[in-house]
Amino acid sequence: MPKWFLPLTGLCAVMFAASPFIIANADYEATMGLVQKIFYYHLPSAWIFLLSAIVCGIASARFLFRGSPRQDRLAYAAAELTVLFGAIVLVTGPLWARKAWGVWWQWDVRLTSSLMGWMVAWAYLLVRKYGGPGSDKLAAGLALFGMANVPFVYVSVNYWRTIHPATTVVPTLPVDMGLALWFSVACFLLLFVLLLRLRVHLEEQRARLDALYLSLDE
Amino acid sequence: MRFLLRRATETRRHGVCFVRAVGISVLLLCAPLAAQQPQPQPQQQDEFVPVSQLPAQDQLPAAPLLVSAYAFVWIVLFAYLTSVARRLSRVQREVARLESDMKRGTHG
Repeated sequence: MPKWFLPLTGLCAVMFAASPFIIANADYEATMGLVQKIFYYHLPSAWIFLLSAIVCGIASARFLFRGSPRQDRLAYAAAELTVLFGAIVLVTGPLWARKAWGVWWQWDVRLTSSLMGWMVAWAYLLVRKYGGPGSDKLAAGLALFGMANVPFVYVSVNYWRTIHPATTVVPTLPVDMGLALWFSVACFLLLFVLLLRLRVHLEEQRARLDALYLSLDE
Repeated sequence: MRFLLRRATETRRHGVCFVRAVGISVLLLCAPLAAQQPQPQPQQQDEFVPVSQLPAQDQLPAAPLLVSAYAFVWIVLFAYLTSVARRLSRVQREVARLESDMKRGTHG
């Protein structure tokens, strides 16, 4: 593992420990009150969910067209993180919606397209695990569809009628709410980088193990 | 007689003009008032509603939902980190074992 990994892990842990205090100091939203504070973990994890789908898609495209195993390992790691952060988004969102909208779930464009993106990432992992020989390229094709879904998820709230808050909410946040949000974004982004590096390291070790078994057979 | 008739006609015409003037004045004065948006008046409370009779959305406490959301995030991240660490240590153990076997094989 690189030298920066451990210090940054410590920093990330401290930032996550401090985040509830910064979020608690942010002002309450006028109509939703306390439950709106779910936003400070929900939105950063949603951005990281979309970012990891993009990383997975780009790495898969490079693996498909250049055949680089390094990019394949990166895509595999990013797909697992897409599932992880997607699960956070799809659980924290309904917990917020239950109070704000009165329902756990709405089949509107934002929620449905997010669920689709999450299911594509699951499909990637399942194809990699159970697909047999050649499943890496099939899964890479799936990752391209997952990446194509990302802009659709992002702009959906601005183009279709939905009760989900629009993307224009973020630039209008007052200072204390904006500070809590951007601090959480920094926490989640740092966590994403660390987890991605750790997960790629696991794939590198697996590749090394495969190479050792091959050399033993020969 | 003709004079009296003309006088009566003039008096009626003056009366009509007066009525018209008053009507127009009332309309002109009322127009700005009518154009004004009605001010929202707080409603007088004529009954007390127990909190249990509120719609489900309004009586739902926010704190358990908020705590559940944050707890879920922390638990899921911790579980994932533990899972990756366990998988990594298993693979590294196996790599070390194979490497030592190979070293022993080449030396032997």
